[in-house]
Amino acid sequence: MFTKVGDGDRDLVKVIFEDKEIMAPPGQSVAAVLLAEGIRSCRETPVSGEPRGPYCMMGICFECLVVIDGEPNQQACMRTVREGMLIKRQHGVAQIGPDAKAESDPAE
Amino acid sequence: MLNCDAAVVGGGVVGAAIAYGLAELKLDTVLIDEGDVAFRAARGNFGLVWVQSKGIGCPPYSSLTRRSADNWLRLAEEVKQVTGVDIAYSRPGGVHLCLGEQEFTDRAAVMKQLEAQTEGRFQYEMLDHRMLSEMLPGLGPDVTGGSYSPLDGHANPLFLLRGLHAGFRNRAGRALINAPVHRIRPLAGAFDVEAGNETVRAQKLVLAAGLANAKLASDVGLRVPVHPLRGQILVSEKVRSFLRIPTLHVRQTTEGSVLMGDSHEDVGFDDGTRPDIMAEIARRATRAFPFLRSARIVRAWGALRVMTPDGIPIYDQSESCPGAFCAAAHSGITLAATHAFDLPRWIAEGALPPEFDAFSARRFDVH
Repeated sequence: MFTKVGDGDRDLVKVIFEDKEIMAPPGQSVAAVLLAEGIRSCRETPVSGEPRGPYCMMGICFECLVVIDGEPNQQACMRTVREGMLIKRQHGVAQIGPDAKAESDPAE
Repeated sequence: MLNCDAAVVGGGVVGAAIAYGLAELKLDTVLIDEGDVAFRAARGNFGLVWVQSKGIGCPPYSSLTRRSADNWLRLAEEVKQVTGVDIAYSRPGGVHLCLGEQEFTDRAAVMKQLEAQTEGRFQYEMLDHRMLSEMLPGLGPDVTGGSYSPLDGHANPLFLLRGLHAGFRNRAGRALINAPVHRIRPLAGAFDVEAGNETVRAQKLVLAAGLANAKLASDVGLRVPVHPLRGQILVSEKVRSFLRIPTLHVRQTTEGSVLMGDSHEDVGFDDGTRPDIMAEIARRATRAFPFLRSARIVRAWGALRVMTPDGIPIYDQSESCPGAFCAAAHSGITLAATHAFDLPRWIAEGALPPEFDAFSARRFDVH
């Protein structure tokens, strides 16, 4: 669906999505990098469980939520890739609250 | 020319509930809505079905509120049955949280007054921090306590609006949308409502047009002195369910969003938002539940409450134009069951009951 126009001469950064290592051009958004890798869905909705992925690419629709370095509900289109970034799928709702378990702990 | 038994002006939650009820009584009803240029208080609502603190100093209003809240389950079940729309209604009780000793003392006095004027029918408990913490885990240390009433509940106000409109149409009601009312002409035994490019001739007329009631009412010999009072609401990302019981300032939806609100600003017809007010709403919410600091806000909006001079609803019937009624209230959600079940019956019969004299705008007349 998406074709890379080339990574240029820039040094790529390594990010990890789930267990997959991805070499990404610096400066790109997490959402763009996922789409370029053919990853169409990055979360399931809390209400129906349907898979969802990047849509508006400009911070409005909240469809591209992922867990980044342990922080839930991050908008993938609004975050820039960084060396060593750990990206995980957002499964359902974020876990905050009085007795929240660190379900999205990167050490997990 | 559209001929009908009853015309309801206003497709918000008040007008839709009345039209839904009139259609159930087999009145051929036309619901007239201005369109999305309207202020749409019904779409900015917080979603509480709230009994505590309603009608202090006005026993008829507290009774009305109680009656509607007690009929809410029936309304939710009926709408679900007629339309399939689940309004997400529950009645786990509700809490008014108090920050600081003064708020707690003041609240206790107000609740005592409400208990006294309802001859004990109003049920509540004042709970201190420790007792309240068992009910609401994660409560912050600034919360001194609060009032809990088992009579309160909450619902999804947008699904209510959708359900009432769908139910109205299922019951053969006709909706005329994008049709602002220019003028209403009273005839002998009927009304001509000029709306958009259409004229609706109705035997009965119900004005439920929110803030626009103030302007429309004089055409049919009524007076509805309402003014806007802005409230702002913040909505968080969906988070794990932590708050089963709604509070006046913070509630969590079935889907997981956290709504924060209850600001009051007199800013005329401006339904925008302001950072300082949003900050104050967030400050109060995070003092109540400190872990909300890590929740992200995804939406915010302002909406205009339809306020009467004394905060008590106006229900009235015209003396000079029999068959014309009006309804104006800022509690369109809480009172939805009364608007759907009780008002339509009285409108169909042709007169409001004597106990509704307390809600007539004649109370504002200078004697």
